[in-house]
Amino acid sequence: MSVSAGADGIKDVRTPLSDADVQSLRAGDRVRISGVIYTARDAAHGRLAPLVERGEALPIDVTGQIIYYTGPSPARPGGVIGSVGPTTASRMDKFTPALLALGLKGTIGKGYRGQAVKDALRHHTGVYFGSIGGAGAVLSQFVTKAEVVAYDDLGTEAIRRLDVDRFPAIVLYDCHGGDLYQEGQKIYARENA
Amino acid sequence: MAKSAKAMRDIHVSAIADAVKKLCMDANWSLEPDMLRAFDRALGRERSDAGKQVLTILKQNAEMARTRQIPYCQDTGMVIAFVDLGQDVHVTGGALYDAINDGVRQGYTEGYLRASIVRSPFDRVNTGDNTPAVIHVDIVPGAMLKIMVMAKGGGCENRSKYTMLTPAGGLPAVKDFIIECVKTAGPDACPPLILGVGIGGTFEKAAVNSKKALFRELGSPNPDPMLDALEHELLDRANRLGIGPQGYGGDTTSFGIHILTYPCHITSLPVAVTIECHAHRHKEVTL
Repeated sequence: MSVSAGADGIKDVRTPLSDADVQSLRAGDRVRISGVIYTARDAAHGRLAPLVERGEALPIDVTGQIIYYTGPSPARPGGVIGSVGPTTASRMDKFTPALLALGLKGTIGKGYRGQAVKDALRHHTGVYFGSIGGAGAVLSQFVTKAEVVAYDDLGTEAIRRLDVDRFPAIVLYDCHGGDLYQEGQKIYARENA
Repeated sequence: MAKSAKAMRDIHVSAIADAVKKLCMDANWSLEPDMLRAFDRALGRERSDAGKQVLTILKQNAEMARTRQIPYCQDTGMVIAFVDLGQDVHVTGGALYDAINDGVRQGYTEGYLRASIVRSPFDRVNTGDNTPAVIHVDIVPGAMLKIMVMAKGGGCENRSKYTMLTPAGGLPAVKDFIIECVKTAGPDACPPLILGVGIGGTFEKAAVNSKKALFRELGSPNPDPMLDALEHELLDRANRLGIGPQGYGGDTTSFGIHILTYPCHITSLPVAVTIECHAHRHKEVTL
């Protein structure tokens, strides 16, 4: 198993993930992700999509992996990476079900996702994590190595392989239909808003 | 030259570029005190544990960004510049717009800030240095040059909205539209949000005013008592939606709602809402 519960109630998640790992995660779980994750956002997904459609090999093997929707700011000389928080995930909704069908297990981003993604998370046993939007400076501390593995010409939008060590996130949507946004917001919503 | 001609004050473009460069870097590294106070105020009344945790991490993020000179958010934004150009100022050595873009180029390159601008909405090729900025110039009396810069994030900008209401719809329709904007922005726009609202004018005047409204100090009263009361009423409603910090549920959905109005046509009631995230990076300087 690549998921274990820490003494502090936070779950440690190590990539790659199996179906059983994903099934053990529930919306609202706080997690620390360690291992390799890949960055990809709008432009990289735009290039992956035709490859997926034609059944061609992708520049990264997504099986069991996590894609982080982010475009980091440049590293200072000697630094690993710049600021590296999440971007809005729904812009990638169009591409996500096909990647989950290929074996992708998780995505990290922020914001609501469409029903098609929720359905695909159930059907292909996937999980959608959230990291804190706009906390890019803090999040950069959990990245120990960063290397461009595809589409270097896209600059910040290139696909990067990140080594992360206890990268903090929260389960937004699980593979059982759980949705932290819905569950969290209904507690605090008041009448007459 | 007429004898009565008033002396012009010369400002060289290099001084303008230097100023803009510094504003861009400072804005991305150091949140203004009004934002830091907003985090503390929210922490004092937020009921949600998840919300409090997010606010605490965002405060740490601000401190880390400032001390390490790393951007608060990796989306270092599109630069929006509002310039008050005194009519007795003579810009020398080149063009004002070029000077501002030179400053952006230098600030984003030398400050390790992200290049987030594509040269065309269709071919999507990155310009590589975050130029060009969106520049609004007002000609004002005097011999000063004031430059206000905002690094405007894309995720929240994408949730900004415009509508043309009817005079019959009036104030209730305006209120409902603004609250609807907060709901649809939700977690995508990185709450706690700040709303800049332009009401009145025309299609483009309302939109520009919605940006300009964001430069008012957060937490300061609207100079118009009617608008000030309206802002408080709307802020209270927004914070009863339950969205909370990052949308995880909570009481702090918005830090502030700033309204600017302008006269409008007898047929019209335009309303533009710029959605701004908690990475509200704004700085200004007067030369």
